Amino acid sequence: MSSGSQSAAPGRRRFLKACSSATGGLVLGFWLPQRSGRFAAAQIGAEQRAFTPNAFVRVAPDNTVTIISKHCEAGQGIHTGLATILAEELDADWAQIRVEPAPADRALYKNLQFGDQGTGGSNSIPNSWEQYRRAGATARAMLMSAAAKKWNVAESELVADRGAIKHELSARQARFGELAQAAALLPVPAEVTLKSPKNFKLIGAVRLPRIDGKPKTLGTAVFASDISLPGMLTAAVERPLRFGAAVRGFDPAAAKTAAGVTDVVQLSTGVAVVAKSFSAARRGRDLLRIDWDESKAETCSTPELIAEYRALLAQPGAIARRDGDCALALARAARTLSADFEYPYLAHVPMEPASTVVRLSADQCDIWTGDWGISEIQDDTARATGLKPEQIIIHSVYGGGGFGRVGNVSEAVEIAKAIGGRAPVKLLWTREQDIQTGAFRPMYLHRLTAGLDEQGNLIAWQHRIVGQSVLGGDPSWLVDGVDITSVAGASNIPYDIPNILVDLHTPASGVPVTQWRSVGDSHTAFSVETFLDDVAHAAGKDPYQFRLELLSKDPRSKAILQLTAPAPMRPSLFAKFPRDRQVMQLAAEKAGWGGPLPPGRGRGLAVHYSFHASLAYVAEVTVASDGSVKVDRVVCAVECGIAINPDVIRAQVEGGVAFGLGAILYSTVTLKQGRVEQSNFSDYRVLRMNEMPKVEVHIVDSEEPPSGIGEPTVPPIGPAVSNAIFAATGKRVRTLPLSTAV
Amino acid sequence: MTVSLILNRKRVTLDVDPSVPLLWAIRECAGLTGTKYGCGIAQCGACTVHLEGRAVRSCVTPVSAAAGKAVTTIEGVAGAAALAVQHAWEKLDVVQCGYCQPGQIMSAIALLEQTPVPTDDQIDAAMSGNICRCGTYVRIRAAIHDAASIHKG
Repeated sequence: MSSGSQSAAPGRRRFLKACSSATGGLVLGFWLPQRSGRFAAAQIGAEQRAFTPNAFVRVAPDNTVTIISKHCEAGQGIHTGLATILAEELDADWAQIRVEPAPADRALYKNLQFGDQGTGGSNSIPNSWEQYRRAGATARAMLMSAAAKKWNVAESELVADRGAIKHELSARQARFGELAQAAALLPVPAEVTLKSPKNFKLIGAVRLPRIDGKPKTLGTAVFASDISLPGMLTAAVERPLRFGAAVRGFDPAAAKTAAGVTDVVQLSTGVAVVAKSFSAARRGRDLLRIDWDESKAETCSTPELIAEYRALLAQPGAIARRDGDCALALARAARTLSADFEYPYLAHVPMEPASTVVRLSADQCDIWTGDWGISEIQDDTARATGLKPEQIIIHSVYGGGGFGRVGNVSEAVEIAKAIGGRAPVKLLWTREQDIQTGAFRPMYLHRLTAGLDEQGNLIAWQHRIVGQSVLGGDPSWLVDGVDITSVAGASNIPYDIPNILVDLHTPASGVPVTQWRSVGDSHTAFSVETFLDDVAHAAGKDPYQFRLELLSKDPRSKAILQLTAPAPMRPSLFAKFPRDRQVMQLAAEKAGWGGPLPPGRGRGLAVHYSFHASLAYVAEVTVASDGSVKVDRVVCAVECGIAINPDVIRAQVEGGVAFGLGAILYSTVTLKQGRVEQSNFSDYRVLRMNEMPKVEVHIVDSEEPPSGIGEPTVPPIGPAVSNAIFAATGKRVRTLPLSTAV
Repeated sequence: MTVSLILNRKRVTLDVDPSVPLLWAIRECAGLTGTKYGCGIAQCGACTVHLEGRAVRSCVTPVSAAAGKAVTTIEGVAGAAALAVQHAWEKLDVVQCGYCQPGQIMSAIALLEQTPVPTDDQIDAAMSGNICRCGTYVRIRAAIHDAASIHKG
C-alpha cells in the first residue's frame, strides 16, 4: 500500500482548485489533531494556516450548501446521514443541502477506523460522527464571524438558523450564500463548540427527505452501468466456471467476426470481448472457444465439503472464548442437549451486477464505480497500470446495492490496458457471472452443546464453528488462529452462563469467500438464538423469561478466562449493559409477547448485538397444513445510539428483515465438482413482495454516540422466524435454507 | 438494420439488430439509462417498461416486437397514475439503492392504471415479479396504497 502522504497533496490541491473554480465560494475544512497529527506535521508549511483545510462542506454564493460524503451511497442512506450531521451543526436549511461523493484521497477522506478511504463494517456514521459535526460547526462559526464583521456587531448577538445568520437586535439577517465570500477570507477557528443534543433540530427529526430520493424516483440517478463516454466501448468477459481455472488457450476468430466486435483480449481472469455495444460484446463472447486449464481448479462438491466439515466438528478447534470449565460442567450436567447446524454459501446478488467504466491514458486513469474500497481500488489500479495513486481518479457513483458485493474494477482496468487505452471501456457482468464467479458468504457448520443442572439452570454452553475465513489476504486480524469475523456473535454472547467454550476450525478452500451483510453474525445469531430457545424449552421455561434471567448481569463484569479478539475490538465486544435486555423487553411488550395466537401460528423472539447496535425482533408466523411458512409480522426494537435519521433507521430495519428472511428461507449456493449450481434469480431465490411481512420498528431513545445500522438489522430475523415456527409446530430446522427442509 | 418505434411519445428509428432485447436498444441505442439490467431472463423486473401501456420485461422482449408500437420508460412516464406513484414514492422515501426502483415504479403505474384501488393481494400479484434486494417492499406497498388514494381523487 502506498502511504497516505504521497497521494494526499495533489489530491487535495486538485479538489480545492475544483471547488474554488466551480463556485467562487467558501471552502471550509477543519482539522482533527488528535487523529491525524503525523500527517499535519508532514504537510503543513510555515506559510500555511495553522489548520490544514480538510474539505467536507462548501457554501456557494447561490446559497447552496454542498456536503462532501467520504462514504459511498449504495442505499444505506449515508449521504442523507452525513448531510444531516453536518447540516445540524451548521444550522443549514435542509432544502439548501446537496451531497457530492468525495474524490479518492486517503489523507482527506479516510475512514477513521480503517485508515483507508472506504465504506463498510457499518462504521460510516460512527467514524464520521464527530468529524462531520466539527466540520459543520466550523463552517457556522466562520459564517457568524463574517456576519459580525459585516454588521460590526458582537458575535454573541448573532444566531444561526435555517441557512441564515440573524441579528435580532437590528432585525438584520443574511443567508449563508451572501456571507460565503467574506467567510472564505477568515481564518479557520481552532476550537469550535458543538451543540448540545437537546438543541438538535435535524438530527432525530421525524423525517427528512432522503437526499437521493428524487433522482432515484425519477430514474435519473446514475450508476456505473449508466455512464457513457465519447467513443466508449463495452466489454463482456468469459470467466472460468471452476474457481482457480486458467486460460490455456483460446480461438478468437469466430468472436472477431461478430458485428461490432473490436477486440478479443486475454485477461488474468479469462477472456474479454470488446465491442461497440454490450449486445455485440455478448454475441462475440458466445462465439469464443476457450481451452481452460483446470489442473489447479477447485473440484469439490457441497456434500463432500459438508462431510469434511462434519469431521472437524468432532475435533477441538482454536479457542475463541473460554469461561469456567465447559467439559467438566457438561460431564456433570443433569441433562445435555446437542444440535448441529448447516449454513450454505450465499451470494450477495445486489440488483446491479458488477459494472465499471475505465478511461486510461498515459498519465491518468479515470474509474467510474459504485464500489466501496476507494483506497484499495486506487492502489490496485496504480499497481496494475504503473501510474501513481494520485493519477487514479475515482468517480464514485451510486452503488446499486452493496451487502459486501464483489466488483469488477480490476478486470475492467486490465481490459483498458489490453486495448492500449484506445477508448474508454465499460465492463458489465451478467447476473450469471455475479452468482457463479463472484465470492460468497462462506458455508459454515456449527455444533452446539448445552448442559442443564437439576433445577433446569443453563450451566454449560459449547459452540464449535467450522468455516472459511473471509479475511483472505489480510491475516493481520487473526488472533491465535481465530478470525473474529467467523465467531462474532458466538464468542461474545452476553448470557450469564458459568461455563462457556467457543472454538473454531478454519479450513482452506479454493472457493472464494468474502464479507456478506452482517458477516459472522449472519450465521452465529441463528445458532445461538435458536439453540437457546431449545434449551429454554428443555428447561420448561418461557424463552423470553429464560433470556431475561440470563441477561441480568453485565457480561463485562464476568470472569472470562479467554476471549480471543483483536485489541481494538475488545472494548465493544459486548453491548453496554443492559441495552440487550432493554430492547428485548421493548420488542416483547410491543409484540404482545405471551398473548394468545390461533392454531398454526407462532411467535418467536431473538435478540442480538452486532456492529455496536442491539436489536430484538419478535416474529409471528403462520404455518399452513402443507408446512409452508408465511411470516406475518415482525416487531423490532432497536438501540443504535443517537438516531440521526429515524426514518432511514426504520428503512434499514425493514430492509434487513427482507434481506435476512430471503436468505434463511430460500437462498443457497451449492457446488457440484467445483461449479456453482445456481445461476440467476430463478434458482438463487431471494425474498419477493408477496413474502414480505409487516414490519414495526421501535427505536430506543439514546444519548450514546450513534452506531451504524446497515448490518445489525440482519442477524435477528432468521432465529426469530425459526423460533416462531418452532412455537407453531414444535419442529426445528437447522439446515438452511429452511425451504429445502419444508 | 433499423427498428422504428414510438419511444416516450416520440417516433425514433434505432440502428439496431431486431433480435436485440428492447432493454439494450433503449439503453445503448436510445441512450435512456433509467431502465436497468438485473437478470436478463424476466426474473427481477428491473427492466420493466410499458409496451402499448402494458408492463413488460424489456430484457426478454426483442426490439422488433416493439416496432411501430408505443414504448414508455421511466423517463417518459406521464399521467395521473404516474404522478401519484412518483409523488408517493418520494413522500414515503421508498428508495434505498434505487437500482430496481424504475422497474418497481413502472410496474406500480401499470397496476394503478388497470386497478385504481388495488388490494394487498392485487399488489402482491402485480409486484412480485420485481425484486428489491434492499427490501423496500414495505414502503412500496404503502406507497401504492397512498398513490391509489391520491389517484382516485
